[in-house]
Amino acid sequence: MFGKLSLAAIPFDKPIVISAVGGAVFLALVIMGLITYYRKWTYLYKEWLTSLDHKKIGIMYIILALVMLLRGFSDAILMRSQQAVAAGGHLGFLPPDHFNQIFSAHGSIMIIFMAMPFLVGLMNIVVPQQIGARDVAFPFLNSVSLWLTAAGALLIMVSLGVGEFSKAGWSGYTPLTERAFSPGVGVDYWIWAFQIAGIGSTLTGINFLVTILKMRAPGMKPMRMPLFVWTTFFTNVLMVWAFPVLTVALALITLDRYLGMHFFTNNLGGNMMMYANLFWTWGHPEVYIVILPAFGVFSEVAATFSGKRLFGYRSLVYATAVITILSFSVWVHHFFTMGAGPNINLFFGITTMLIAIPTGVKIFNWLFTMYRGRVRLTPPIYWTLGFIVTFSIGGAAGVLMAVPPADYVLHNSLFLIAHFHTMLIPGTLFGFLAGYYYWFPKAVGFRLREDWGKRAFWCWVVGFYLAFIPLYVLGFMGMPRRMQHYVNPAWHPYLLVAALGTAVIGLGIFFLGVQLVVSIKERRALSDDTGDPWDGRTLEWLTSSPPPVYNFPKIPVVDEIDAFMGMKEKGVAYLRPEQYSDIEMPKNVPHGLIIGGLAFLGGFAIIWYIWWLAIVSALGILFTIIARSLDDDTHYLIPAAEVERIENERYRQLASVAKTRPLDEQTIPEPVLEM
Amino acid sequence: MKRKKYVVLVGLLSLGAVTFLGGCSTMVLFDPKGPIGEAERFVIIAAIVLMAIVVIPVFLMAFWFPRKYRASNTASTYMPKWSYSGKIDFFMWAVPFAIVTVLAILAWTSTHALDPYKPIPSARKPINIEAISLNWKWLFIYPDQNIATVNQIAFPVKVPLSFKITSDTVMTSFFIPQLGSQIYAMAGMQTRLHLLANKPGVYTGQNQQLSGRGFSDMYFQAHAVSPKEFQAWVQKIKQSPEKLDLNRYEQLAKPNVGYYPVTYFSAVKPDLFGYIMRKYDPAWGKDPGPMSRGSVSTHAKTDVSGEN
Repeated sequence: MFGKLSLAAIPFDKPIVISAVGGAVFLALVIMGLITYYRKWTYLYKEWLTSLDHKKIGIMYIILALVMLLRGFSDAILMRSQQAVAAGGHLGFLPPDHFNQIFSAHGSIMIIFMAMPFLVGLMNIVVPQQIGARDVAFPFLNSVSLWLTAAGALLIMVSLGVGEFSKAGWSGYTPLTERAFSPGVGVDYWIWAFQIAGIGSTLTGINFLVTILKMRAPGMKPMRMPLFVWTTFFTNVLMVWAFPVLTVALALITLDRYLGMHFFTNNLGGNMMMYANLFWTWGHPEVYIVILPAFGVFSEVAATFSGKRLFGYRSLVYATAVITILSFSVWVHHFFTMGAGPNINLFFGITTMLIAIPTGVKIFNWLFTMYRGRVRLTPPIYWTLGFIVTFSIGGAAGVLMAVPPADYVLHNSLFLIAHFHTMLIPGTLFGFLAGYYYWFPKAVGFRLREDWGKRAFWCWVVGFYLAFIPLYVLGFMGMPRRMQHYVNPAWHPYLLVAALGTAVIGLGIFFLGVQLVVSIKERRALSDDTGDPWDGRTLEWLTSSPPPVYNFPKIPVVDEIDAFMGMKEKGVAYLRPEQYSDIEMPKNVPHGLIIGGLAFLGGFAIIWYIWWLAIVSALGILFTIIARSLDDDTHYLIPAAEVERIENERYRQLASVAKTRPLDEQTIPEPVLEM
Repeated sequence: MKRKKYVVLVGLLSLGAVTFLGGCSTMVLFDPKGPIGEAERFVIIAAIVLMAIVVIPVFLMAFWFPRKYRASNTASTYMPKWSYSGKIDFFMWAVPFAIVTVLAILAWTSTHALDPYKPIPSARKPINIEAISLNWKWLFIYPDQNIATVNQIAFPVKVPLSFKITSDTVMTSFFIPQLGSQIYAMAGMQTRLHLLANKPGVYTGQNQQLSGRGFSDMYFQAHAVSPKEFQAWVQKIKQSPEKLDLNRYEQLAKPNVGYYPVTYFSAVKPDLFGYIMRKYDPAWGKDPGPMSRGSVSTHAKTDVSGEN
């Protein structure tokens, strides 16, 4: 009936785990209690969980990302504290089985359940508005993607309290992940969480690729698209190309583990090297999947807050294209030490170095966008500058490791850990946090407090250097990654500094929370009544904040790169159209939520060998898809009169702002607040 | 207020410098004890210097531009429409390209010179060591001396070491940081590594690749000694009552908890290494046949290049 599942799966004997689980469950109960108390379940269900509105889906993605950021960061705290105490004979407070689960979960969560939802969330909120569209190409598919991602995230969360998570690292190298070496359910949690979320990502990739290709406003030729649209376009190309490889690699391990096959086993013709190749054929493009959208954010932010056109638009587009292509030709640099011949290693080493060229070009483009501008030193610009400096260091470290003989001594050391955190924290998270601050008023209607944003920034940057510079040094001191304890006393002081750095980053995360709470409290004072709080250049700032469900009452016509800036300069940005017409929008449906729920149940069932439940869930998903396909009544009409009413309201609001400050004065930057 | 940020920054940089320089004596990669490690140190330093040509200007621009062109400084030039300069665009592409070209040349020569499979030229006959990774310890067989050890090796200085490496468990990575290059150990496959120590000393070796619960305890000591001391060491092992036959081996291969103590074996079952290889690849050591001979492009599958 319950497969391998029994009460013994709940780790009552591990106080650390149980208190974490208790905390999480308690928090969930409190939230659910509050929802019940305020009688918000119907609202939540009708307006959010079943929503096909890309803006709401985007917000839900970002909430998921922020929650998972907290979980991934808790893992980081545990890892850093363990290594800070487990020196010279001490074994620390986390036994190897637990410690290995923590770093595996940390990597899996941060990449798949923090970075990915964050970028997909920003993409959802921004891309349709930037291209002048009313929604994405496949709004229902969008909802399915969201709930599949959430199902994967929930599986990882559940693994904390029911059973265990993988102990084989986020990359799940075979044969360690084979049944012979990892007989527990941990690896299965890892497989199914990745698999389910990965399918969601593939669908998102298809959705946004079609959206960008087919739904641009008239006149928005490719070379007029905002840079964020370009970078997300290439990200989606990569998602569509790369994720199927992960799906296959995971499917092959699944066959090995569930049916006793031998794709990657030690014996009977299995080849573990093939797994490493498959994993990184997805894994390296994945790095660019999460980094490219952040590059887009930096491009938007640099131009807007410098009050100036983006420098070298074409260069930036071509650089992104080159990175996209090259990202598929570098994967072997993850295992130069596997015994390949010098020419193979050289090929992949040199392609890796080549990728640094377009990346370097981008850095200079952003810098020259500020050159001869009027740079407003807002938090997004802070994140951009912090990124430029830090990312350059990480990039240099990466090019260093692209030289095979250097990699022969630095591979799998803490130097590597420092390197990719110096790429991914500034290159992804700083970008997303810049985008979070930048587009927050667009998404919810009020700005975030600038002062708390800057405090968070300084904690993040100072904490980052404290946490990761010691790791570079430790790499030169020969310390491998993933050590549960160590005997070399010389490593200890550096790990103490790194732990301190983590605490400072923790303060940064706390300040981000304070920023959110304080801003919600002061939402009236921070309210954005114009829809264009930063003197924006691209179409998303044309709409009100938050935009009506249809975004644009009339689809704008584009004739240059910074379309909205051009409209403002010509004085046509806020012209009232002669007449409004009916607008057709997709109805909210629960099918996406149901599919996500069933995917979670099915995943959980198959992890625990509860076959009947797995079959029921799979059939349920099939049935839901059929039911949805048979539904012909998928849209509703917003009558022209209703559109006119909403738009009149918007014009009244604009007029009231204009009374207190003339419209053209709003473009004058506000005085920069000091810390 | 501006000043405060710079103070923080300068403080940060000096802290970085102190941590970095303070650890120099223990930074084993900058204190290599053999030619492979020395060459790799050179590659690292050369690459860092080359990349500084791009990175340092980026740092300067990242501080100078936003400061000079900050919104409150209305005295500076403001050109909101200026968005392209052929000259700047050219240098933006050309300078990184030039640096990568130089780096690629450095990579080309060094990768060929430092191929772990390439024997180190020497007048002296190399010491052959077979390294087998087990859960969670290293077994070393000296086929020429017919001895074996666990978690310890010794060898004379200035004599090349020729390692044959495999695994009787998951994938691991064999690495002695102060001597240079690491290489993976994989079941059913033999990888090769050539090292040399030119200064006597005790250097820690380790597994660099996560291999499960006992991973952190998978380290060993490598003793670089005089030829005389090496002979004495071999003799000491020859005195050991322990012999490594198949039974003892299977017992040894079982997972252990904590660091496995150094163990000496005065005799080893002939071709134990081949036996371990054939557990996973029954055809190993036999004529690979025309199919695999020409088509194997990686070293690891079967050992093509480094037989000596």
